[in-house]
Amino acid sequence: MGSVAEFEGVRVSRGKTLVLQDLNLSLQAGQIIGLLGPSGAGKTTLMRALVGVQAGVSGKLSVLGSTPGSSALETRVAYATQASSVFDDLTVLQNLRFAKTMLGAPAPRVGEVIAEVGLEGLENRQVGSLSGGQRNRVSLAIAMLGSPELLILDEPTVGLDPVLRSEIWAIFRRLADKGQTILVSSHVMDEAERCDTLIFMRDGRVIANDTLANILLQTNSTTAENAFLALAKGVSA
Amino acid sequence: MNSFFGSLGRTIAISGRVLLQIRSDRRTVALMFLVPSLLTGLFAWMLNSKQLFDHIGPRLVGLFPFVVMFLAASITTLRERRSGTLERFLTTPMRRDEFIIGYALAFGLMAILQSAITQTFAVLVCGLKVDNIWLLLLAAWANAICGMALGLLASAFAQTEFQVIQFMPAFIFPQIILGGLFVPQSQMPDVLSSISDWLPLTHALRSITLISDGADSGTIMTEIWIVAAVCLGSLLLGAFTLRKRTE
Repeated sequence: MGSVAEFEGVRVSRGKTLVLQDLNLSLQAGQIIGLLGPSGAGKTTLMRALVGVQAGVSGKLSVLGSTPGSSALETRVAYATQASSVFDDLTVLQNLRFAKTMLGAPAPRVGEVIAEVGLEGLENRQVGSLSGGQRNRVSLAIAMLGSPELLILDEPTVGLDPVLRSEIWAIFRRLADKGQTILVSSHVMDEAERCDTLIFMRDGRVIANDTLANILLQTNSTTAENAFLALAKGVSA
Repeated sequence: MNSFFGSLGRTIAISGRVLLQIRSDRRTVALMFLVPSLLTGLFAWMLNSKQLFDHIGPRLVGLFPFVVMFLAASITTLRERRSGTLERFLTTPMRRDEFIIGYALAFGLMAILQSAITQTFAVLVCGLKVDNIWLLLLAAWANAICGMALGLLASAFAQTEFQVIQFMPAFIFPQIILGGLFVPQSQMPDVLSSISDWLPLTHALRSITLISDGADSGTIMTEIWIVAAVCLGSLLLGAFTLRKRTE
Protein backbone atom coordinates (compact mmCIF):
# COMPACT_ATOMS: atom_id res chain seq x y z
CA MET A 1 0.00 0.00 0.00
CA GLY A 2 1.29 3.43 -0.92
CA SER A 3 0.82 6.78 0.68
CA VAL A 4 -2.40 8.77 0.54
CA ALA A 5 -0.93 12.14 1.43
CA GLU A 6 2.50 13.75 1.36
CA PHE A 7 3.46 16.89 3.27
CA GLU A 8 6.74 18.58 2.35
CA GLY A 9 7.55 21.69 4.34
CA VAL A 10 3.88 22.56 4.67
CA ARG A 11 3.10 25.71 6.61
CA VAL A 12 -0.18 27.40 7.34
CA SER A 13 -0.27 31.03 8.36
CA ARG A 14 -3.20 32.99 9.66
CA GLY A 15 -2.37 36.66 9.50
CA LYS A 16 1.16 36.88 10.89
CA THR A 17 1.05 33.76 13.04
CA LEU A 18 2.13 30.36 11.84
CA VAL A 19 -0.55 27.85 12.77
CA LEU A 20 1.32 24.92 11.27
CA GLN A 21 5.09 24.95 11.04
CA ASP A 22 7.12 23.04 8.47
CA LEU A 23 5.23 19.79 8.36
CA ASN A 24 6.88 16.77 6.76
CA LEU A 25 4.63 13.76 6.83
CA SER A 26 3.56 10.81 4.79
CA LEU A 27 0.20 9.17 5.49
CA GLN A 28 0.07 5.46 4.65
CA ALA A 29 -2.96 3.92 2.96
CA GLY A 30 -5.28 1.39 4.59
CA GLN A 31 -4.58 2.50 8.12
CA ILE A 32 -6.31 4.23 10.98
CA ILE A 33 -4.15 7.26 11.61
CA GLY A 34 -4.68 9.01 14.91
CA LEU A 35 -4.01 12.72 15.05
CA LEU A 36 -3.56 13.44 18.73
CA GLY A 37 -2.86 16.57 20.66
CA PRO A 38 -4.44 19.20 22.85
CA SER A 39 -6.96 21.62 21.40
CA GLY A 40 -5.17 24.46 19.65
CA ALA A 41 -2.37 22.15 18.48
CA GLY A 42 -3.35 22.55 14.82
CA LYS A 43 -5.18 19.25 14.27
CA THR A 44 -8.20 20.84 12.60
CA THR A 45 -6.00 23.11 10.49
CA LEU A 46 -4.03 20.11 9.24
CA MET A 47 -7.25 18.32 8.31
CA ARG A 48 -8.67 21.40 6.61
CA ALA A 49 -5.47 21.74 4.60
CA LEU A 50 -5.90 18.13 3.44
CA VAL A 51 -9.45 18.76 2.17
CA GLY A 52 -8.46 22.05 0.59
CA VAL A 53 -10.67 24.41 2.57
CA GLN A 54 -7.84 26.02 4.53
CA ALA A 55 -6.51 29.36 3.32
CA GLY A 56 -2.87 30.36 3.71
CA VAL A 57 -1.24 26.99 2.98
CA SER A 58 2.29 26.99 1.58
CA GLY A 59 4.77 24.20 0.85
CA LYS A 60 4.12 20.99 -1.05
CA LEU A 61 1.02 19.02 -0.14
CA SER A 62 -0.48 16.29 -2.26
CA VAL A 63 -3.45 14.05 -1.53
CA LEU A 64 -3.87 10.85 -3.58
CA GLY A 65 -1.51 12.39 -6.10
CA SER A 66 -3.56 15.58 -6.59
CA THR A 67 -3.73 19.08 -5.15
CA PRO A 68 -6.02 19.24 -2.09
CA GLY A 69 -9.49 20.49 -2.97
CA SER A 70 -9.13 19.72 -6.68
CA SER A 71 -12.13 18.26 -8.45
CA ALA A 72 -10.37 14.91 -8.85
CA LEU A 73 -10.60 14.44 -5.07
CA GLU A 74 -14.20 15.50 -4.51
CA THR A 75 -15.52 11.96 -4.30
CA ARG A 76 -12.29 10.28 -3.15
CA VAL A 77 -11.85 12.28 0.05
CA ALA A 78 -14.59 12.88 2.61
CA TYR A 79 -14.47 15.23 5.54
CA ALA A 80 -16.61 15.51 8.65
CA THR A 81 -16.08 18.64 10.71
CA GLN A 82 -15.96 18.66 14.47
CA ALA A 83 -19.36 20.28 14.90
CA SER A 84 -21.46 17.71 13.02
CA SER A 85 -22.28 19.59 9.85
CA VAL A 86 -25.74 18.20 9.21
CA PHE A 87 -29.13 19.77 8.53
CA ASP A 88 -30.89 19.80 11.89
CA ASP A 89 -34.28 20.57 10.37
CA LEU A 90 -34.23 17.50 8.11
CA THR A 91 -34.65 13.84 8.98
CA VAL A 92 -31.76 11.36 8.97
CA LEU A 93 -32.98 9.94 5.66
CA GLN A 94 -33.43 13.39 4.06
CA ASN A 95 -29.90 14.35 5.08
CA LEU A 96 -28.43 11.22 3.57
CA ARG A 97 -30.49 11.37 0.38
CA PHE A 98 -29.34 14.93 -0.19
CA ALA A 99 -25.70 13.98 0.40
CA LYS A 100 -26.13 11.00 -1.92
CA THR A 101 -27.15 13.27 -4.80
CA MET A 102 -24.31 15.72 -4.08
CA LEU A 103 -21.77 12.89 -4.16
CA GLY A 104 -23.37 10.93 -6.97
CA ALA A 105 -23.33 7.83 -4.74
CA PRO A 106 -25.54 4.86 -5.63
CA ALA A 107 -28.96 4.87 -3.88
CA PRO A 108 -28.49 1.61 -1.93
CA ARG A 109 -25.55 3.20 -0.09
CA VAL A 110 -28.03 5.27 1.96
CA GLY A 111 -29.51 2.20 3.63
CA GLU A 112 -26.08 0.61 3.96
CA VAL A 113 -24.46 3.49 5.82
CA ILE A 114 -27.49 3.90 8.10
CA ALA A 115 -27.03 0.26 9.09
CA GLU A 116 -23.24 0.61 9.39
CA VAL A 117 -23.43 3.46 11.89
CA GLY A 118 -26.36 1.87 13.73
CA LEU A 119 -29.04 4.45 13.02
CA GLU A 120 -31.71 1.97 11.97
CA GLY A 121 -35.13 2.89 13.28
CA LEU A 122 -34.17 6.56 13.46
CA GLU A 123 -34.38 7.22 9.70
CA ASN A 124 -37.41 9.46 9.97
CA ARG A 125 -36.37 11.38 13.06
CA GLN A 126 -35.40 15.02 12.69
CA VAL A 127 -31.65 15.28 13.22
CA GLY A 128 -32.09 18.25 15.57
CA SER A 129 -34.07 16.04 17.94
CA LEU A 130 -31.32 13.40 18.16
CA SER A 131 -28.68 13.18 20.88
CA GLY A 132 -25.20 14.57 20.24
CA GLY A 133 -23.80 11.10 19.64
CA GLN A 134 -26.52 10.26 17.14
CA ARG A 135 -25.97 13.53 15.28
CA ASN A 136 -22.26 12.66 15.11
CA ARG A 137 -23.14 9.37 13.54
CA VAL A 138 -25.33 11.06 10.91
CA SER A 139 -22.33 13.22 10.05
CA LEU A 140 -20.12 10.13 9.92
CA ALA A 141 -22.64 8.32 7.72
CA ILE A 142 -22.54 11.21 5.23
CA ALA A 143 -18.73 10.97 5.15
CA MET A 144 -18.96 7.21 4.49
CA LEU A 145 -21.61 7.49 1.75
CA GLY A 146 -19.32 7.89 -1.22
CA SER A 147 -16.97 5.08 -0.08
CA PRO A 148 -14.05 7.52 -0.17
CA GLU A 149 -10.44 6.32 -0.19
CA LEU A 150 -9.58 8.81 2.53
CA LEU A 151 -11.90 9.73 5.40
CA ILE A 152 -10.93 12.74 7.44
CA LEU A 153 -12.86 12.90 10.70
CA ASP A 154 -12.41 15.69 13.20
CA GLU A 155 -13.04 14.45 16.77
CA PRO A 156 -15.78 12.00 15.73
CA THR A 157 -16.02 10.35 19.14
CA VAL A 158 -16.11 13.42 21.34
CA GLY A 159 -18.86 13.27 23.95
CA LEU A 160 -19.80 9.67 23.18
CA ASP A 161 -20.37 7.11 25.89
CA PRO A 162 -17.71 4.35 26.00
CA VAL A 163 -19.98 1.73 24.43
CA LEU A 164 -20.79 3.93 21.45
CA ARG A 165 -17.22 5.02 21.17
CA SER A 166 -15.99 1.47 20.84
CA GLU A 167 -18.73 0.80 18.26
CA ILE A 168 -17.51 3.75 16.20
CA TRP A 169 -13.92 2.49 16.42
CA ALA A 170 -15.12 -0.91 15.25
CA ILE A 171 -16.60 0.80 12.19
CA PHE A 172 -13.26 2.50 11.48
CA ARG A 173 -11.50 -0.86 11.77
CA ARG A 174 -13.87 -2.45 9.25
CA LEU A 175 -13.33 0.42 6.82
CA ALA A 176 -9.54 0.20 7.20
CA ASP A 177 -9.69 -3.56 6.64
CA LYS A 178 -11.42 -2.84 3.34
CA GLY A 179 -8.49 -0.61 2.37
CA GLN A 180 -9.89 2.82 3.21
CA THR A 181 -7.63 5.22 5.08
CA ILE A 182 -9.02 6.99 8.11
CA LEU A 183 -7.48 10.06 9.66
CA VAL A 184 -9.09 10.67 13.04
CA SER A 185 -8.30 13.48 15.41
CA SER A 186 -8.77 13.30 19.14
CA HIS A 187 -7.60 15.01 22.25
CA VAL A 188 -8.20 11.87 24.30
CA MET A 189 -4.90 10.02 24.57
CA ASP A 190 -6.65 6.71 25.40
CA GLU A 191 -7.77 6.48 21.82
CA ALA A 192 -4.13 6.09 20.70
CA GLU A 193 -4.19 2.34 21.20
CA ARG A 194 -6.96 1.93 18.66
CA CYS A 195 -4.92 3.50 15.85
CA ASP A 196 -2.35 1.91 13.55
CA THR A 197 -0.18 4.99 13.39
CA LEU A 198 -0.06 8.10 15.51
CA ILE A 199 0.73 11.70 14.82
CA PHE A 200 1.31 13.69 17.99
CA MET A 201 0.85 17.44 17.58
CA ARG A 202 1.58 20.36 19.83
CA ASP A 203 1.75 24.10 19.07
CA GLY A 204 1.47 23.60 15.33
CA ARG A 205 4.30 21.04 15.18
CA VAL A 206 4.39 17.29 14.78
CA ILE A 207 6.32 15.93 17.75
CA ALA A 208 5.99 12.24 16.85
CA ASN A 209 4.82 10.15 13.93
CA ASP A 210 5.08 6.41 14.47
CA THR A 211 3.21 3.40 15.82
CA LEU A 212 2.20 3.50 19.47
CA ALA A 213 4.58 0.61 20.28
CA ASN A 214 7.56 2.46 18.80
CA ILE A 215 6.64 5.73 20.49
CA LEU A 216 6.35 3.99 23.88
CA LEU A 217 9.70 2.27 23.35
CA GLN A 218 11.39 5.47 22.29
CA THR A 219 10.12 7.45 25.26
CA ASN A 220 10.41 4.62 27.71
CA SER A 221 6.76 5.10 28.70
CA THR A 222 3.86 2.79 29.39
CA THR A 223 0.97 5.02 28.28
CA ALA A 224 0.37 7.34 25.35
CA GLU A 225 -0.28 10.16 27.79
CA ASN A 226 3.15 9.79 29.40
CA ALA A 227 4.83 9.44 26.03
CA PHE A 228 3.18 12.68 24.91
CA LEU A 229 4.38 14.43 28.08
CA ALA A 230 7.92 13.18 27.57
CA LEU A 231 7.94 14.28 23.90
CA ALA A 232 6.42 17.67 24.71
CA LYS A 233 9.10 18.25 27.33
CA GLY A 234 11.80 17.18 24.90
CA VAL A 235 10.60 19.69 22.30
CA SER A 236 10.36 22.66 24.63
CA ALA A 237 13.65 21.85 26.41
CA MET B 1 -23.96 15.64 -21.11
CA ASN B 2 -23.41 13.51 -18.04
CA SER B 3 -21.95 16.43 -16.17
CA PHE B 4 -24.87 18.62 -17.26
CA PHE B 5 -27.39 16.15 -15.85
CA GLY B 6 -25.28 15.74 -12.73
CA SER B 7 -25.29 19.48 -12.24
CA LEU B 8 -29.02 19.73 -12.91
CA GLY B 9 -29.68 16.89 -10.47
CA ARG B 10 -27.67 18.59 -7.74
CA THR B 11 -29.36 21.95 -8.35
CA ILE B 12 -32.80 20.36 -8.06
CA ALA B 13 -31.72 18.43 -4.96
CA ILE B 14 -30.57 21.69 -3.34
CA SER B 15 -33.95 23.32 -4.11
CA GLY B 16 -35.82 20.32 -2.79
CA ARG B 17 -33.72 20.27 0.34
CA VAL B 18 -34.28 23.98 1.03
CA LEU B 19 -38.04 23.52 0.51
CA LEU B 20 -38.06 20.56 2.91
CA GLN B 21 -36.22 22.67 5.46
CA ILE B 22 -38.71 25.51 5.12
CA ARG B 23 -41.62 23.07 5.32
CA SER B 24 -40.30 21.52 8.51
CA ASP B 25 -40.83 24.86 10.23
CA ARG B 26 -44.62 25.14 9.99
CA ARG B 27 -44.86 28.34 11.98
CA THR B 28 -42.51 30.18 9.62
CA VAL B 29 -44.48 28.94 6.63
CA ALA B 30 -47.71 30.21 8.20
CA LEU B 31 -46.15 33.57 9.00
CA MET B 32 -44.65 33.86 5.54
CA PHE B 33 -47.93 33.22 3.79
CA LEU B 34 -50.42 34.94 6.09
CA VAL B 35 -48.68 38.02 7.48
CA PRO B 36 -48.45 39.92 4.15
CA SER B 37 -52.18 39.37 3.58
CA LEU B 38 -53.08 40.47 7.10
CA LEU B 39 -50.94 43.61 6.79
CA THR B 40 -52.52 44.42 3.45
CA GLY B 41 -55.93 43.97 5.10
CA LEU B 42 -54.89 46.24 7.93
CA PHE B 43 -53.90 48.93 5.44
CA ALA B 44 -57.18 48.64 3.57
CA TRP B 45 -59.11 48.97 6.83
CA MET B 46 -57.00 51.89 8.06
CA LEU B 47 -57.09 53.88 4.81
CA ASN B 48 -60.85 53.44 4.70
CA SER B 49 -60.90 54.78 1.18
CA LYS B 50 -61.29 52.65 -1.87
CA GLN B 51 -59.53 55.18 -4.05
CA LEU B 52 -56.50 55.48 -1.78
CA PHE B 53 -56.23 51.72 -1.35
CA ASP B 54 -56.37 51.14 -5.11
CA HIS B 55 -53.35 53.44 -5.26
CA ILE B 56 -51.27 52.00 -2.37
CA GLY B 57 -52.51 48.40 -2.31
CA PRO B 58 -50.52 47.14 -5.31
CA ARG B 59 -47.28 48.45 -3.81
CA LEU B 60 -47.98 46.63 -0.58
CA VAL B 61 -48.53 43.45 -2.57
CA GLY B 62 -44.97 43.96 -3.86
CA LEU B 63 -43.33 45.30 -0.72
CA PHE B 64 -44.17 42.56 1.76
CA PRO B 65 -42.77 39.66 -0.28
CA PHE B 66 -39.58 41.69 -0.77
CA VAL B 67 -39.08 42.16 2.97
CA VAL B 68 -40.11 38.65 3.99
CA MET B 69 -37.90 37.00 1.37
CA PHE B 70 -34.94 39.17 2.32
CA LEU B 71 -35.16 37.95 5.91
CA ALA B 72 -35.89 34.31 5.10
CA ALA B 73 -33.08 33.99 2.56
CA SER B 74 -30.47 35.84 4.59
CA ILE B 75 -31.07 33.80 7.73
CA THR B 76 -31.22 30.43 5.93
CA THR B 77 -27.98 31.11 4.07
CA LEU B 78 -26.26 32.45 7.16
CA ARG B 79 -27.20 29.29 9.02
CA GLU B 80 -25.71 27.23 6.24
CA ARG B 81 -22.47 29.19 6.36
CA ARG B 82 -22.28 28.90 10.15
CA SER B 83 -23.24 25.26 10.61
CA GLY B 84 -20.49 24.01 8.32
CA THR B 85 -22.87 22.36 5.86
CA LEU B 86 -21.88 24.82 3.13
CA GLU B 87 -18.18 24.12 3.68
CA ARG B 88 -18.79 20.40 3.84
CA PHE B 89 -20.70 20.26 0.57
CA LEU B 90 -18.28 22.59 -1.20
CA THR B 91 -15.75 19.75 -0.80
CA THR B 92 -18.10 17.47 -2.80
CA PRO B 93 -18.84 17.89 -6.53
CA MET B 94 -21.41 20.59 -5.60
CA ARG B 95 -20.66 23.93 -7.28
CA ARG B 96 -21.37 27.42 -6.02
CA ASP B 97 -23.62 28.25 -8.95
CA GLU B 98 -25.65 25.10 -8.31
CA PHE B 99 -26.04 26.21 -4.71
CA ILE B 100 -27.16 29.72 -5.66
CA ILE B 101 -29.53 28.59 -8.42
CA GLY B 102 -30.94 25.90 -6.14
CA TYR B 103 -31.67 28.51 -3.50
CA ALA B 104 -33.13 30.91 -6.06
CA LEU B 105 -35.46 28.20 -7.38
CA ALA B 106 -36.69 27.22 -3.92
CA PHE B 107 -37.26 30.77 -2.73
CA GLY B 108 -38.64 31.73 -6.13
CA LEU B 109 -41.34 29.10 -5.67
CA MET B 110 -42.09 30.32 -2.15
CA ALA B 111 -42.17 33.88 -3.49
CA ILE B 112 -44.69 33.12 -6.20
CA LEU B 113 -46.98 31.36 -3.70
CA GLN B 114 -46.68 34.22 -1.27
CA SER B 115 -47.32 36.89 -3.92
CA ALA B 116 -50.31 34.97 -5.24
CA ILE B 117 -51.84 34.60 -1.79
CA THR B 118 -51.31 38.26 -0.91
CA GLN B 119 -52.69 39.43 -4.22
CA THR B 120 -55.71 37.15 -4.08
CA PHE B 121 -56.47 38.41 -0.59
CA ALA B 122 -56.04 42.03 -1.69
CA VAL B 123 -58.39 41.57 -4.65
CA LEU B 124 -61.05 39.28 -3.21
CA VAL B 125 -61.20 40.42 0.41
CA CYS B 126 -59.98 44.01 0.29
CA GLY B 127 -61.56 44.77 -3.08
CA LEU B 128 -58.36 45.96 -4.75
CA LYS B 129 -58.89 46.92 -8.36
CA VAL B 130 -56.03 45.99 -10.70
CA ASP B 131 -56.11 46.25 -14.48
CA ASN B 132 -53.53 43.60 -15.16
CA ILE B 133 -53.48 40.93 -12.49
CA TRP B 134 -50.79 38.83 -14.21
CA LEU B 135 -48.41 41.70 -14.68
CA LEU B 136 -48.83 42.64 -11.02
CA LEU B 137 -48.11 39.05 -10.04
CA LEU B 138 -44.98 39.06 -12.19
CA ALA B 139 -43.83 42.34 -10.64
CA ALA B 140 -44.56 41.11 -7.10
CA TRP B 141 -42.62 37.95 -7.86
CA ALA B 142 -39.68 39.95 -9.22
CA ASN B 143 -39.74 41.97 -5.99
CA ALA B 144 -39.65 38.82 -3.89
CA ILE B 145 -36.76 37.38 -5.90
CA CYS B 146 -34.94 40.69 -5.55
CA GLY B 147 -35.41 40.56 -1.76
CA MET B 148 -34.10 37.02 -1.75
CA ALA B 149 -31.04 37.86 -3.85
CA LEU B 150 -30.15 40.80 -1.60
CA GLY B 151 -30.68 38.59 1.46
CA LEU B 152 -28.30 35.97 0.12
CA LEU B 153 -25.69 38.64 -0.44
CA ALA B 154 -26.30 40.24 2.96
CA SER B 155 -25.71 36.93 4.73
CA ALA B 156 -22.07 37.11 3.65
CA PHE B 157 -21.57 40.23 5.73
CA ALA B 158 -23.12 38.97 8.95
CA GLN B 159 -21.61 36.74 11.58
CA THR B 160 -24.76 36.19 13.61
CA GLU B 161 -28.51 36.04 13.08
CA PHE B 162 -28.84 39.18 15.21
CA GLN B 163 -26.71 41.08 12.72
CA VAL B 164 -28.78 39.87 9.80
CA ILE B 165 -31.92 41.13 11.49
CA GLN B 166 -30.23 44.49 12.05
CA PHE B 167 -29.66 44.70 8.29
CA MET B 168 -33.41 45.24 8.01
CA PRO B 169 -33.46 48.71 9.58
CA ALA B 170 -30.00 49.44 8.14
CA PHE B 171 -30.53 48.54 4.48
CA ILE B 172 -34.19 47.81 3.89
CA PHE B 173 -35.92 50.61 5.82
CA PRO B 174 -34.06 53.41 3.97
CA GLN B 175 -35.14 51.81 0.70
CA ILE B 176 -38.73 51.70 1.88
CA ILE B 177 -38.58 55.34 3.05
CA LEU B 178 -36.97 56.55 -0.19
CA GLY B 179 -38.87 54.13 -2.41
CA GLY B 180 -41.73 56.50 -3.11
CA LEU B 181 -44.23 54.80 -0.87
CA PHE B 182 -44.65 57.76 1.50
CA VAL B 183 -43.62 60.71 -0.68
CA PRO B 184 -43.56 60.51 -4.48
CA GLN B 185 -40.01 60.63 -5.77
CA SER B 186 -40.74 63.82 -7.74
CA GLN B 187 -41.50 65.68 -4.51
CA MET B 188 -38.28 64.64 -2.72
CA PRO B 189 -35.25 66.96 -2.35
CA ASP B 190 -32.97 66.52 -5.38
CA VAL B 191 -30.25 64.65 -3.50
CA LEU B 192 -32.68 62.10 -2.07
CA SER B 193 -34.42 61.73 -5.38
CA SER B 194 -31.13 60.82 -7.09
CA ILE B 195 -30.22 58.41 -4.30
CA SER B 196 -33.65 56.87 -4.65
CA ASP B 197 -32.93 56.22 -8.33
CA TRP B 198 -30.07 53.93 -7.36
CA LEU B 199 -31.98 51.82 -4.85
CA PRO B 200 -33.32 48.46 -6.04
CA LEU B 201 -36.59 48.77 -4.15
CA THR B 202 -37.39 52.07 -5.89
CA HIS B 203 -37.52 50.30 -9.24
CA ALA B 204 -39.32 47.33 -7.76
CA LEU B 205 -42.04 49.59 -6.37
CA ARG B 206 -42.06 51.80 -9.47
CA SER B 207 -42.83 48.83 -11.68
CA ILE B 208 -45.86 48.21 -9.52
CA THR B 209 -46.92 51.87 -9.43
CA LEU B 210 -46.78 51.92 -13.23
CA ILE B 211 -48.99 48.84 -13.35
CA SER B 212 -51.61 50.35 -11.05
CA ASP B 213 -51.46 53.60 -13.03
CA GLY B 214 -52.14 51.62 -16.16
CA ALA B 215 -48.89 52.58 -17.94
CA ASP B 216 -48.00 50.83 -21.19
CA SER B 217 -46.38 47.45 -20.72
CA GLY B 218 -43.10 48.56 -22.37
CA THR B 219 -42.42 51.11 -19.62
CA ILE B 220 -43.41 48.57 -16.97
CA MET B 221 -41.14 45.90 -18.42
CA THR B 222 -38.19 48.31 -18.38
CA GLU B 223 -38.55 48.61 -14.62
CA ILE B 224 -39.00 44.86 -14.22
CA TRP B 225 -35.83 44.30 -16.24
CA ILE B 226 -33.95 46.66 -13.94
CA VAL B 227 -35.17 44.62 -10.97
CA ALA B 228 -34.12 41.43 -12.74
CA ALA B 229 -30.66 42.88 -13.39
CA VAL B 230 -30.28 43.76 -9.70
CA CYS B 231 -31.28 40.20 -8.79
CA LEU B 232 -28.77 38.72 -11.19
CA GLY B 233 -26.03 41.05 -9.98
CA SER B 234 -26.70 40.24 -6.32
CA LEU B 235 -26.80 36.51 -7.03
CA LEU B 236 -23.48 36.69 -8.88
CA LEU B 237 -21.91 38.71 -6.07
CA GLY B 238 -23.50 36.30 -3.60
CA ALA B 239 -21.95 33.34 -5.41
CA PHE B 240 -18.60 35.09 -5.20
CA THR B 241 -18.90 35.31 -1.40
CA LEU B 242 -19.32 31.52 -1.08
CA ARG B 243 -15.67 30.81 -0.47
CA LYS B 244 -14.32 27.31 -0.36
CA ARG B 245 -11.06 28.28 1.31
CA THR B 246 -11.34 30.18 4.56
CA GLU B 247 -8.97 31.03 7.38
